[in-house]
Amino acid sequence: MAELPGQIRRMSGGISQLIEQIYGFSRRCLFRVISMGPIPSHLAFIMDGNRRYAKKHGLEDGSGHKAGFSALMSMLQYCYELGIKYVTIYAFSIDNFRRQPEEVQSLMDLMLEKIKSLLEKESIVHQYGIRVYFIGNLALLNDQVRAAAEKVMKATAKNSRVVLLICIAYNSTNEIVQAVKKSCINTSDNMEAYGNDKHEDRDSDIEGTDMENQEKRIQLVDIEENMQMSVAPNPDILIRSSGETRLSNFLLWQTGNTQLCSPASLWPEIGLRHLLWAVLNFQRNNSYLEKRKKQL
Amino acid sequence: MIFIHSIIHAKHLQFFTLSTMLSLLCFLLSLLFLLLLPCLRPCFSAKGSLKDKKKIDKGTYVVGEEEPPKGLRRELMPRHVAVIMDGNRRWAKQAGLLTSQGYEAGAKRLIEFAELCFKLGINTVSAFAFSTENWGRHKIEVKCLMYLFQRYLKSKIQFFQSKEIRVSVIGNLAKIPESLLGIITEIEDATKSYKKKHLILAIDYSGRFDILRACKSIVKKSEQGLIREEDVDETLFERELQTKCTEFPSPDLLIRTSGEQRISNFFLWQLAYTELFFSPVLWPDFDKDKLLDALASYQHRERRFGCRV
Repeated sequence: MAELPGQIRRMSGGISQLIEQIYGFSRRCLFRVISMGPIPSHLAFIMDGNRRYAKKHGLEDGSGHKAGFSALMSMLQYCYELGIKYVTIYAFSIDNFRRQPEEVQSLMDLMLEKIKSLLEKESIVHQYGIRVYFIGNLALLNDQVRAAAEKVMKATAKNSRVVLLICIAYNSTNEIVQAVKKSCINTSDNMEAYGNDKHEDRDSDIEGTDMENQEKRIQLVDIEENMQMSVAPNPDILIRSSGETRLSNFLLWQTGNTQLCSPASLWPEIGLRHLLWAVLNFQRNNSYLEKRKKQL
Repeated sequence: MIFIHSIIHAKHLQFFTLSTMLSLLCFLLSLLFLLLLPCLRPCFSAKGSLKDKKKIDKGTYVVGEEEPPKGLRRELMPRHVAVIMDGNRRWAKQAGLLTSQGYEAGAKRLIEFAELCFKLGINTVSAFAFSTENWGRHKIEVKCLMYLFQRYLKSKIQFFQSKEIRVSVIGNLAKIPESLLGIITEIEDATKSYKKKHLILAIDYSGRFDILRACKSIVKKSEQGLIREEDVDETLFERELQTKCTEFPSPDLLIRTSGEQRISNFFLWQLAYTELFFSPVLWPDFDKDKLLDALASYQHRERRFGCRV
């Protein structure tokens, strides 16, 4: 009789495992049906609503972000199962540094813990062979977080199946300015080298031509190449949770032709149905987009 | 019957698996539909419209009045509203009209929209009239659009002067006809002294090229010693974009009509913190009520800029 509660626990544990397996199997079947149509290659998420979730459920500060992290793991699993190769997430904006110092510190602590956990054997990184990039002004982070991020990037550099881009200490306007600065430096280096070569040949005054050439030589492709996000194609879909419809300085350069979705659910409440809806909408609009790409 | 038959015969095992899969898939699809049903309504309705939106009293707003309608507060009006005027061709098709008539209706709608915005206290209205990518459309259609811009702008110079609306045109403008360029210069000169109301038309505009131009301008200035490289930051960069012609370069609200939910290479930098409003209505049908809905949605939004909750 004393063994009965233990047996019941084992049985219920077994049943829930079975239900999970059935759910996983059904989900994979569903994905097979959906992948008959075009699948986006790059999905971006703005994970908004964690603090409101904690407030709504009367949880302590910080619990919302933890719940948000679990939701993120599920979404990543769904994305990679569906065959989406690139996923970008907006983890922490440069603007977020202006929040209360205690909140910023607790976020940094949580991020450090979660970044370190990516290196564990059971983590999603190993399960799906994810290559991880940290995009942003990493110099603004504290040494520990930065070191952990660099370690993860190095450790996953050889993975190539799928890619996860984590935007941390990131602002799109900051990214653009950095890319512009880099393009200018590269171009002036090239021009110096070009100028030196020319001076060796002849004495003619080429300064006027230099400036013209320098302007001509900075092209769109120069700025694009120097963007930190150039490691991935432009996002096909951008999903922002919590119903807010704005970009909040995220991937401004890259989302010129991205389909924007803003489900009303807070980020910890985001689920499979939101992803499916976004993908189905993408498929519906896709033939129009392909036609436009050919026009360009 | 075929099902049972196939169980018995091993050689039909493949068919058995296929039919089981198909039945399972049908079941799953119906389950999926049931799961998605709660999401269908919010996804179909205009993004940004509120579930508990305040009722806009259609009868109380009179054209020419300065006071905003009930439900809207003057102090919460956006200073700069941008609009992507999508849906003219679909509108014309639905109405059984020619494409050119759709564009005419769209142009007329823009003037009404701008006038209404200015009456409500909005300082700047910018409209995405022609994208760099639109050059890829049919040649005749493009020519018709260029002619429409020319004719409309020419006929409205006196109107803008009488209403004291400053008109600016931003864009590459390299490929547009000389005659249109001439009208643009004329209208900009004629209205440049007006300050309170500003209409910006983006013709042959692309957000990416705007950023590239700003980049080139910075390079030139740094070569001339006017700025130092270490001074180049976001504020300086913003002053080099084509929206430097207005006091409020970043729109507070962007409206896109016809149900498409993308920016389509309109303002990119400038939309960093802009509230986006997607309406399923086609542009020529975007009347006063729809604008008031958009503004009501804007006024009820909580803009946090990354900070408070």
